[in-house]
Amino acid sequence: MTETFETYEHDVLIVGAGGAGLRAAIEASAQGVSVGLVCKSLLGKAHTVMAEGGIAAALANVDSQDGWKTHFYDTILGGKMLNNWRMAQLHAQEAPERVKELERWGAVFDRTKDGKILQRAFGGHTYKRLCHVGDRTGLEMIRTLQDRGVHQGIKVYMECTITKILKDGDRVAGAFGYYRDDGRYVLFKTKAVVLATGGVGRAYAVTSNSWEYTGDGHALAYDAGADLIDMEFVQFHPTGMVWPPGVRGLLVTEGVRGEGGILRNKNGERFMFRYLPEASKKDFAETDEEAARWVEATVSGQKSDARRPPELSTRDNVARAIYTEVKEGRGSPHDGVFLDISYQDPERVKKKLPSMYHQFKDLADVDITKQPMEVGPTMHYMMGGVRVDAETQASRVPGLFAAGEVGGGMHGANRLGGNSLSDLVVFGRRAGLGAAQYAKSLPSMPKVPMDQIQAATEEMEEPFKPDSDINPYDLQKELNHVMGTYVGIFREEKDLDTGLEKLAELKNKLKRLHAQPNRAYNPGWHLCRDLKNMLICSESITRSALMRKESRGAHSRLDYPQLCPELGKVNTSIFKENNEMKIEQTPLPEMPAELRELFNKK
Amino acid sequence: MPEASTVTEATLKVFRGIGESGSFQTYKVPIEDGMVVLDAIHYIQQHYSPDLAVRWNCKAAKCGSCSAEVNGKPSLMCKSRMDKFAPGEDIVVEPLKTFPAIKDLVTDVSWNYEVNKKIPPFTPEDKGEWVIYQEDIERVQEFRKCIECFLCQDVCHVLRDHDRKDTFMGPRFLVRTAGLEMHPKDTLNRAKYLKDDGHIGFCNITKCCTEVCPEDIHITDNAIIPLKERVVDQFYDPVAIFLGKIFGEKNKKKVV
Repeated sequence: MTETFETYEHDVLIVGAGGAGLRAAIEASAQGVSVGLVCKSLLGKAHTVMAEGGIAAALANVDSQDGWKTHFYDTILGGKMLNNWRMAQLHAQEAPERVKELERWGAVFDRTKDGKILQRAFGGHTYKRLCHVGDRTGLEMIRTLQDRGVHQGIKVYMECTITKILKDGDRVAGAFGYYRDDGRYVLFKTKAVVLATGGVGRAYAVTSNSWEYTGDGHALAYDAGADLIDMEFVQFHPTGMVWPPGVRGLLVTEGVRGEGGILRNKNGERFMFRYLPEASKKDFAETDEEAARWVEATVSGQKSDARRPPELSTRDNVARAIYTEVKEGRGSPHDGVFLDISYQDPERVKKKLPSMYHQFKDLADVDITKQPMEVGPTMHYMMGGVRVDAETQASRVPGLFAAGEVGGGMHGANRLGGNSLSDLVVFGRRAGLGAAQYAKSLPSMPKVPMDQIQAATEEMEEPFKPDSDINPYDLQKELNHVMGTYVGIFREEKDLDTGLEKLAELKNKLKRLHAQPNRAYNPGWHLCRDLKNMLICSESITRSALMRKESRGAHSRLDYPQLCPELGKVNTSIFKENNEMKIEQTPLPEMPAELRELFNKK
Repeated sequence: MPEASTVTEATLKVFRGIGESGSFQTYKVPIEDGMVVLDAIHYIQQHYSPDLAVRWNCKAAKCGSCSAEVNGKPSLMCKSRMDKFAPGEDIVVEPLKTFPAIKDLVTDVSWNYEVNKKIPPFTPEDKGEWVIYQEDIERVQEFRKCIECFLCQDVCHVLRDHDRKDTFMGPRFLVRTAGLEMHPKDTLNRAKYLKDDGHIGFCNITKCCTEVCPEDIHITDNAIIPLKERVVDQFYDPVAIFLGKIFGEKNKKKVV
């Protein structure tokens, strides 16, 4: 062993310090076990901080008819019936409690006139359900959890990246990684690992995700022997910025539409009326006038019989609509469409959407109180993830848990806006609890085999080899091109086949990745390792997309444009066997009759 | 047409080095529409120097990671538009001066996290459903906009010029404490803490922190001055102390 490393020991190690990781750490710590929390960035900078619109919970503060069953119904309908029903149920039932808990821990949500937590409308939600703080709900949540966590004695390892889950036989025994600041290696001995690493947006060029989103948890779990489900379901958020080039993909919150934002093409047509699916048409306004009445009622906090504006259709549908408008030549100057909130009182817009106001003013010279925004689809969220047990978030690898975006099943084929922040706290808590209970049940600390540490170290040293020659940033650009071109919003077999071939070529180049031989805060070196994760995820996405020969939710096949009822009964599952990526279809857990009833009735 | 409008390349002088020792390296970067300094830094990383150390996450002024000093001004690089500089003007980018340098543009800001840990946490009354009116939390919500970019800490002369990190908590954590103190459901009184541990007295309200805040938080006027007033009322103003003893208003909260 030529390289040295630091060693720490915890009962539970949490990888990732966004909403899910922090909530898991708080819960595990409350169970009395020793908890380590590792994050790639500084604490409080995780991608959760960028979540804008709100956290969905059926508190029924604004629309008194709301309840968990309606939230459950909306979630499953949005997920095109492919969700893990039990996760969707737990999520809908527990989200209100988790929101109230955030409030008790110091989160300061916007209020209704009678002093309750205010809730706003969002796509796919029957009632006004999103608790929010202007358009910076994620920041509020992460700061609340961060401050709660640091006072609970959780040990935080900042700017530390995990590269390998280590195992003692079948079970988790530790994790290996490096510190970003000086590149020293670190071994965590632990009984349980909770992955809370988020998604894989950086595999795409146009994404709302930060640099950290390189599919680390997906790839670590896959390597450790877990299976990944629903990887074909990649959410393109309909509204990202399209100009200027440096901010292309940056999120424009769905809150804009929730507050009454109108989508138009270059001819001024409110095109969303044309794209409403037959099945849900009855839930939406039929005319400009009816939509305007809904907005007026929303703004003034009054009740109205008007139905929701068509812009509040689900994300998959709105993204496809915008893509189609642009492709058919009706787009805005920078290949987007127009999103307009400027018809409303400027002061109200600034109050309800402050960061959108500043984002457009500072970065694009657009005053959204006077002009429309230009927006287009951006890779936003990974529905697919580690297959987990609904109650405990345990994967099939003993000691390995996953929560938040890296977990699979909760959102099915398409996630509703606002259901991510609630997912983080509901299942972050459950994962922390599950991992702590598991750790307590082990009589002793598992043993970490030396050869695994050796291998993990050698892997990290590869890019320093003298014969390495490929700039990791160039490879990332190539990967972005492949995923954007062949595995984008609309897919077909020949493109996916080509994508797979190109990914194989890129995989061969991984061995040639080069980093300047210096371990101190070296982003190029870090990217060499991150690219491996992105490639595992990209290949999983592509293979899963090929296998699912239908269109469902966020997965749209030009060659199979219809929903296939038979495929609604299976998940696509990716796993590693003999060092190769395998794929199979596995049966979806069956919803019990009393819940199925909800769907028959409506 | 004057020459200036045809400038398509910017010159950046970026601090490169490990720890405090290093020098400025010059890079030429092509300018795109709407480009910000962070885009230029990324261009350098991708094309010239993949080991250039820089922090960033969101690129949208929401995470507060990409703090640096651009032409001497503490700024978020993701908000620093290239077209704000005169054509041909050198753009000098260096790390925050107040914190120990790690490498290139990255500094060790861990001290801030240690300060935060010591602040007596949110301690609410714990009964029933909470009724809180919007007008009672406007101010607290302003404080909670903070993205922890630490630019206010960087520019604060108590920390920057006098290096009193051993003593003074700095504007960021006065804002955080104000957010706790003014929360309608909080039950603690942190005036003694502010005086004896945070040393709020070190601040002589030059408002430099307010000027650099990318979230436009009125740090001095809305957070620090009201906190100073609380400290004065409870420890230095004989009339207020006397009235406080009689009416007990200020003492309803638990002193920490």
